[in-house]
Amino acid sequence: MSRNVAIVGVGHSKFGVRNDVSLPELAWESIKMALEDSGLEQKDIQYVVVSNVGGWSSEPLPAVVVNEYAGICPTGTVRVEAACASGSAAVKLAYDMVASGHVDIAMAVGVEKMNESPTPTVVEFIGRAGNYFWEFQNFGLTFPGYYALYMTAYMHKYGATEEDFCKVAVKNHYYGARNPKAQFQKEITIEKCMASRYIAWPIKLFDSSPITDGSAAVILASEEVAKQLTDSPVWIRAIGYASDTSNLSKRDTFTSLRAGVIAGEKAYKMAGIDKDKVLNIIDVAEVHDCFTIAEVMAYEDLGFAKRGEGIEMIRNEETYIGGKIPVNLSGGLKAKGHPIAATGEGMIAELTNQLLNRVEKDRQAPIKNGYALAHNIGGTGHYAYVTILSLSKP
Amino acid sequence: MGEEKKTLKDMYDSQMKQFFEFVESMKKSLGVPMFPDMKSGRAQYLDQREITLKFIISIENIKDFFNALAEGKLLATKCENCNEIYFPPQRDCPKCKASGLGWIELSREGELVTFTQINVKPYSFSHYDDYIVGIVRLPEGVNVTAWIREKDPTKLKPGMKMRLEIVKREPEDYYTYEWVPVS
Repeated sequence: MSRNVAIVGVGHSKFGVRNDVSLPELAWESIKMALEDSGLEQKDIQYVVVSNVGGWSSEPLPAVVVNEYAGICPTGTVRVEAACASGSAAVKLAYDMVASGHVDIAMAVGVEKMNESPTPTVVEFIGRAGNYFWEFQNFGLTFPGYYALYMTAYMHKYGATEEDFCKVAVKNHYYGARNPKAQFQKEITIEKCMASRYIAWPIKLFDSSPITDGSAAVILASEEVAKQLTDSPVWIRAIGYASDTSNLSKRDTFTSLRAGVIAGEKAYKMAGIDKDKVLNIIDVAEVHDCFTIAEVMAYEDLGFAKRGEGIEMIRNEETYIGGKIPVNLSGGLKAKGHPIAATGEGMIAELTNQLLNRVEKDRQAPIKNGYALAHNIGGTGHYAYVTILSLSKP
Repeated sequence: MGEEKKTLKDMYDSQMKQFFEFVESMKKSLGVPMFPDMKSGRAQYLDQREITLKFIISIENIKDFFNALAEGKLLATKCENCNEIYFPPQRDCPKCKASGLGWIELSREGELVTFTQINVKPYSFSHYDDYIVGIVRLPEGVNVTAWIREKDPTKLKPGMKMRLEIVKREPEDYYTYEWVPVS
């Protein structure tokens, strides 16, 4: 028997080049915000899941470093890794701790300091995140390179152009410009995107999310505790998950991320949502736009658009506020930034604030049904987590 | 002049050299490896320890693959129980839990599924010119990832025929495999 779990507090640091803080200082920014948001103290937290991919940063045991700094000790903690979906994996683990009745209050905190290493080292580390021995060792793929394999295939199959994909970047920068937490707070034009240099053909610099430092924290509580803490809990209705092969050569298709499809379907089933009617239910979504192609595939994988029609959604501006479903009103990974293992908690924190009408007015989605969806992919479809939040209790 | 062509690696290395020299000079004057970030001016500390990562990976159970590669052949493993073919080769068949799978030689021609050109290269690949990586589907039903011998990505299209060649990778001087467009 599983218990209902609510989000009772969230925190979100400014994303960007955060060389003004160390890794534990950066984590503390979000933890402090989440504690204050929930009205809880450190002693109330019964388990802490820390997501951090690291390698590029100096602390090999970030969970204990963060907890010591935050005064959450000897509570119990663990560090999780699911590549760029680590944050959602951390929320899933914290959710399970509460849902199972092991604890009443748990926290997921994601922190990443990618700028502790020079850019070429970071490019190397992320490039190795696939199958190191068979696909990196000899062929030197990079993270943009892996997604470029998908973009080439998508363009060929559906006749999408590089200019089409730039429209995703333009949208996400438009909203990033309205989010004070975003790494890039400037609007861009199609022309600027098209003029940017190739980093992994056909992916250009402006198709790509940046190297980011950042943190985000989410505090989860059982229904009983949540009722005492807040009049406006946001409920976790479902967390769907799936994974895929490490070797991209073993994938059957390069126009869709299978793990994303399965994670979405699991989440819809758990939340009792019909995939065909998802546009009538979800008010706002954050999807994993590490590259512009990833956002377009997400539209299709999640059932926002039919196969091959994801590109139409962005051409027709259907994912802006006022369109069929507003997507990435935070600026997304593209403009808000992508601190690898903090991105998942960042999405959940953003959507909690969206549902509670707490974000900046010009990027606030109209909340009608009280449902939000976070789609968080790790690696190149290696991991996938889809989380559905709602204002109504399960 | 006989000037050698500058690679991305030369650029990376010279940037790092300049950076380290700057921090060394700051360290000399301040007594600690403390320096202001060039863009933001925020105080940073340069790690005084360094490690090199070079892994030692067991290929005991797939060494035939590498021996065959040196003889100009590309092998995969095949499960005699369920006929599943594995590339990259693996000793164990997770489908029927058989172990010690036998070897087959793969076809040399296939169809290009997708590709990219790596322009911003990882540090350990930064001494190469921009390279094209492709995934090719073989008649056996397995895909093989490798570099494609072509400099211009606009000359390639999914569906094109590709032929596999075993080649020496330079300057490292070891055998690997590469796709060549069949014109």
